[in-house]
Amino acid sequence: MAGWAVSRSETALWTAAALSLAGLPQLLSLFQVVQLTVFVIFAILALSLDFIWGVAGILSFGQAALFGIGGYMYGIVAINFAMTPLGLVAGMLGPAVIAALIGYVAFYGRVGSMYLAVVTLTVTLILYQVMGSTADPRYAIGDASLGGYNGMTNIPSLSLAGGPPLGPVENFYTTGALLFLALMFFVALTRTSYGRILQGIRENEPRMELLGYDVRWRKLLAFVISAAFAGLAGALFASWGNFINPEVFSLPQAAMVVIWVLVGGRGTLWGAILGTVVVQYLTSLLGEAGATYTTMALGSMLIAIVLLFPRGLAPALIQGMAIVLRRRPPVAAGR
Amino acid sequence: MDQIAVTAIGVLFAVSTLALLALGLAIIFGMMGVLNLAQGEFLMLGAYTVLVTTSHGLSVWVGILLAPVVVGAIGVVFERLIIRFLYGRPLDTMLATWGLSLALVGAVTLIMGPTTEGVGTPLGSIEIGRYGFSVYRLVVIAISVGAVLVTYFVLRYTRFGLIARATMQAPRLVAVSGVEPRLVYMWTFGCGAALAGLAGAVMAPLTGVVPSMGLAFIAKIFITVMVGGSTVLLGTAASAGVLGLVESATSYASTPIYGQVAMLTMALILLRLLPNGMSGLWRGGL
Repeated sequence: MAGWAVSRSETALWTAAALSLAGLPQLLSLFQVVQLTVFVIFAILALSLDFIWGVAGILSFGQAALFGIGGYMYGIVAINFAMTPLGLVAGMLGPAVIAALIGYVAFYGRVGSMYLAVVTLTVTLILYQVMGSTADPRYAIGDASLGGYNGMTNIPSLSLAGGPPLGPVENFYTTGALLFLALMFFVALTRTSYGRILQGIRENEPRMELLGYDVRWRKLLAFVISAAFAGLAGALFASWGNFINPEVFSLPQAAMVVIWVLVGGRGTLWGAILGTVVVQYLTSLLGEAGATYTTMALGSMLIAIVLLFPRGLAPALIQGMAIVLRRRPPVAAGR
Repeated sequence: MDQIAVTAIGVLFAVSTLALLALGLAIIFGMMGVLNLAQGEFLMLGAYTVLVTTSHGLSVWVGILLAPVVVGAIGVVFERLIIRFLYGRPLDTMLATWGLSLALVGAVTLIMGPTTEGVGTPLGSIEIGRYGFSVYRLVVIAISVGAVLVTYFVLRYTRFGLIARATMQAPRLVAVSGVEPRLVYMWTFGCGAALAGLAGAVMAPLTGVVPSMGLAFIAKIFITVMVGGSTVLLGTAASAGVLGLVESATSYASTPIYGQVAMLTMALILLRLLPNGMSGLWRGGL
C-alpha cells in the first residue's frame, strides 16, 4: 500500500524526535525532568483527543473524564495487587468499556454530534459529584479508599516486572517511549484504510454511508481506542503523582484538553503534543497568579481561538509565516 | 395521607423547577440550534442580581423581577460580541460558550468572592399535618408553571412568536419578507438568557449564591433539553416530567447525587430508544 511508504525525510524526523526525547534528561535538572514528565503524560491525553476529534471528527468533552477513570483504575489495581503494569492495562480497559457504553448509545442511536459532546460533558460533571461524595471510608475497593474530594492517596509508582519503583529519569523515559509509540500508532492508523475511512466520515458522513461503509462501528471503535489512550495517560498520571482526585473531572480540566488540541491545530497529531507543552508551560507560569486568573485566562483563550483561529493556533502561525516568506501555504496533514 | 401530599408537592416542585431551569436553554437550542454552555452562568448571574438587590435593602421580589432584565441584557451583549460570528458552526459555538462559562465564573469570583452567600427565604412555612412546608416552594411551582405558559402564549399568539417560529423553520423566507433573521436570533438569545436569569433568581433563596452554582444545574438542564428534542415547549415539559420524577424518586431513596446518576442513565436509555428525544413521539407542535 502506498500509504505505508515512509519517506526519507519523515524517517529523519522520527529519528530526531526520538533522539531529542532521549537527550533531554541530560540537559535538564531533576525538577525539570519531573515537570516535563507530566507534560508528556498530558500530551498522550491530547493525542487521544486529536485522534477522535481531529481525525475522526467526533468532538468529545469527556476525554479528561476518561483520563480520570484511567487514573482511578490504576490506583485501585496498583494498591490492591503489587503489579503496577497490570494497573496500566486496567487503566486502559476501564475507560474503554465506559466509552463503549456511551458510544454504543450515541453512534448506534444515531444521535447528532452535538449530543455526543453534551453527553460526554454531562458524564464528566456527574462523575465529579459522584467521586466527590465518596469521602466515607466505606467507599473502598479492596485496600484502595476513594477518599471523596481529597482523592486517592499512596498510589504506588510504576515499576517494571517486580523491580523497584522507577526513578524520575527512568519514569521520563518510560512515559516518553509510550508517547512516542502512541504517536506512531495513531499516525500509522490514519494511514490504514480504516483511518482513511474515518477521515472520510469526518468530511462527509452521508457520502461514506452511501458508499456502503457502516459508519457506526467505525466511529465506536475510534471512540474506544481514543478512550484507552486517554486512560493510559490517566494511569501514568496517577503513578507520577502517587495520587488522583476528582479535580480531573472538573470543567476547567476538561476544557484544558480541548485547548491543547486547538492551539496545536486539529488533525495534525504532532500539533497536539506541541500545543500541550506550550500551553502547559504558559499556565505553569500563570499558575503563580492564582486559580481564578487561570480559569479566566483559559476561558478567554478558548473564546479567542474559536473566534480568530478556528483551525488552530499553530497552523495559523505556519500559514502566516509562509505568507511572510512568500511561499505557498503548506497543506496540513490529513486535509 | 399527609406524607403523600408532601411527597406529591416535592415531586411537583422537582418537575416544575427542572422545566423552569431548562426553559431558557430549550428556547435557545430549539429556536437557534445553539447549545449555550454558559447557560449555568446565566442562572448564576440571575442569582447574584437577587443577592445584590437584597443587600441594598430591597425585597427579594424586586430582585426576581429585575434578574430577567439584567441577565437578558447581558445575554444580548454576548450574542453581539461572540455568538453572532459563529452561526452555522454549532460545535464552535459550544466551545466559545464554554470559554464564556469559565471566564464568567472567574470574573464573578474575582468581583464577589468565592464564598457562598445566603438569601433569606421569604414567606415562612405552612403545616401539612406533621410536616412543615415552605410557602416559597409553592410560589416557585406557580412561577415555573406561569413561565412555561407565558412562553407558550408568546410563541403561539404574538407577532414576535410567529416571526421567531418562522425563523426557526425558514430563515431565508423570513429574510425575503423583510425581517432580518439575525436580529430575531439576537432577541431569541436574549429571551433565553432572561429566562435563565429568572430561574437563577428564583432558586437563589433555596440554594444559596456562589460563583460555581451553575455547575449544580447544568448537567440536569442539558439532559432535559437533549431528551426533550426539537419541540421546544412540549418536549421540554415532557422530559422534565419524566426525568424530574426519576430524579426525585431516586433522591428520596438515596442521595441527590444518585438522583442525577439515575437521571443520566434514564436519559441515555431514552436517547437510544428515541434519537429525536421525546419530540419524536408526536408530530409538530411547539
